[in-house]
Amino acid sequence: MDKKLGVYICACGGNISDYVDIEKVREAVKDEDCVLLARTTMFACGDSNQKEMEKDIQENNLSGIVVASCSPKLHLTTFRSVSERAGLNKYNYVHANIREQASWAHSGNKQGATEKAIHLVKAAIAKARFAKSLEPTRIKSQKSVAIIGAGVAGIKASIALSNMGDNVYLIERENKIGGKLASLGKVFPGNITGEDMIARLNEEVKNEDRITLLTSTKIKECSGNIGDFRIRLQDNIETGEPAVSEREINVGSILVATGFESYTPSEGEYGYKEIDNVITLPEFRDLIKNGKEGKELVFKNRKIRDIAFIYCVGSRQIKGENKYCSRYCCSAAIQSSLDIKERFGDVQVYHFTKGVRTYGSQELKYAEASRSGDIFIQFPDKDEPVVSSEKGVTLIKAKDILSAKKEIEAAVDLVVLVTGMVPDSDKSVGSLLKLPRGRDNFFNEIHMKLRPVETVIDGITIAGTCQGPKGVMESVNSALSAAVKTHSFVSKGELELSPIVAYTDVKTCEWCGACSEACPYNAISKSEEDGKVVAIVNKTTCKGCGMCLPVCDSDSIELTSFTNNEIESMIEILAN
Amino acid sequence: MVSQAKILVFSTEKISDPAIDMAGLLKLHYPPQVYTIAIPCSSGVKPRWILKALEKGFDGVFIAADGSDCSHGESCTEKTGAIVGKTHNLMKEKGIDPARLKMAALCSVCSESFVKQIRSFNEYLLKSKNS
Repeated sequence: MDKKLGVYICACGGNISDYVDIEKVREAVKDEDCVLLARTTMFACGDSNQKEMEKDIQENNLSGIVVASCSPKLHLTTFRSVSERAGLNKYNYVHANIREQASWAHSGNKQGATEKAIHLVKAAIAKARFAKSLEPTRIKSQKSVAIIGAGVAGIKASIALSNMGDNVYLIERENKIGGKLASLGKVFPGNITGEDMIARLNEEVKNEDRITLLTSTKIKECSGNIGDFRIRLQDNIETGEPAVSEREINVGSILVATGFESYTPSEGEYGYKEIDNVITLPEFRDLIKNGKEGKELVFKNRKIRDIAFIYCVGSRQIKGENKYCSRYCCSAAIQSSLDIKERFGDVQVYHFTKGVRTYGSQELKYAEASRSGDIFIQFPDKDEPVVSSEKGVTLIKAKDILSAKKEIEAAVDLVVLVTGMVPDSDKSVGSLLKLPRGRDNFFNEIHMKLRPVETVIDGITIAGTCQGPKGVMESVNSALSAAVKTHSFVSKGELELSPIVAYTDVKTCEWCGACSEACPYNAISKSEEDGKVVAIVNKTTCKGCGMCLPVCDSDSIELTSFTNNEIESMIEILAN
Repeated sequence: MVSQAKILVFSTEKISDPAIDMAGLLKLHYPPQVYTIAIPCSSGVKPRWILKALEKGFDGVFIAADGSDCSHGESCTEKTGAIVGKTHNLMKEKGIDPARLKMAALCSVCSESFVKQIRSFNEYLLKSKNS
């Protein structure tokens, strides 16, 4: 073979090299047939390495490259672009996943992980020897988008997409838009209420001709792919039968912004549901909103003069499932504390925290609360506060790290459990769209830094708190980011599709019709070639599934990039 | 006494491969002698590839099928099942234990299921290999 291959083995900043001896991998593959050069690199995806690769390809006239790094879901496009920039057809690049399927999967067995990585890289080299230059096919993409969830993230994304010229279906299961924010009072930084913010956005949505708002609507079915999703909707879900009606929309991309739920403490958790003046932060915010300004704050006919906030309830759990920080709750509790003082006069507030996380400019509110006389007590992670009721008095006891673990006791009129975010309990959208979830059970992006709004399902993006806890500003930022990515899928009206299609060997094909019958796209038809009846594949209709391959008794049909030569050469390497 | 079986997994690029990747991400360990070749759809696995793998030294072949999640149509489960049936017959003809080829539907988030299936397949293959 006359191929000249370059092989790049990534350390991924330790994610691979901590568990795989990448130098040993390089040594093992550098003398493989067709390998002209083999290098290790700290970050294969880094700009400097990409430039080195381009230089290598051009200076050595490489006819193929193998990159051994993370999952191809993450960087396939990156290295295809490197190839293209260097003048190498991008289908001459082959990927070996030695992170998710070697270093991480076998992190407890360095020798085993290294051996596996060597095999995977050698198999990729074997495949690269047979790789051919291919040209992509193009398909029409619907210039419309479905946004599921009309909370602040969904609304902002819909306005952004509409401004970019896309038609938007904004789908909301409730009978009004705004999600959780619509019912909130002041939100950080404290100059506007959630209610007012949503009212303004509602006006903007009404003024956007390209936005079709569908409230009381849920998704019943979804089929198709990027560029051409068909979504069956059920309208008027709140009114029920017989008003329920169904309709189908056709969109090029889907943006999911289904939001979060507040953690509900279990019975007895810090006295919740057992002591009548223990409530959650959302319940407390309702109490503030509905209280009469200028008068004293009253709860269950009791005047509230002393309040204790207990932080991180349902978040940063040592024993529970929710290990993550919910990010917004420290600021929300401090904002609530400032609000009650502003609206109801002097109230003494005790904050029992695990360490306050008012990051960025939220720190200013923390300072303001401290100056106003709020007392902050930091309890140890493993020694949580105890709430009890003795003779009608609610007591809270905790050790304070800031006072050498001295025990602090406070008698209060109200205990507020600062509850965090948990994923939406309605799992229907995630199940229908087959969206993967992370360890925290929120929807998972492909990469939190490199592809933060894309999912592994092509054409589906995620935004806001369905992806993980976020404040309002962070939700809006992620929504705008998802909107731009979504727009890129539909803006051109066409998408480049993979040129990986089936083809027949007319010399050996004796038309029997089995491949045509197996094809779900009617892409194979009977045709006459040089006086012989054979099967011919329509390249624009073929989607490259390969369903036609195993049914051909004469083995006359192959799939580009998955030919017998490519697959069987990989099998031989891996079996050794 | 062999402690690990060598297994070839045919996974699919959009459905089961993300699940296998996620198993790695979640550090759900499985034997390192499990190798994956990703293809577009489980209905596209040729019986000759399976036989080649078994003849070249793999103890078992596992098809991580798309099942009802397949974006290429509902017939995928049936078609992958037909490939397995056809290959089982070919294996019997060659005197190969048909249980060395296993198929299970694996969705894009079925990481735990993948690890469970692979561990149990590994145990079966080891047991029959060492017996």
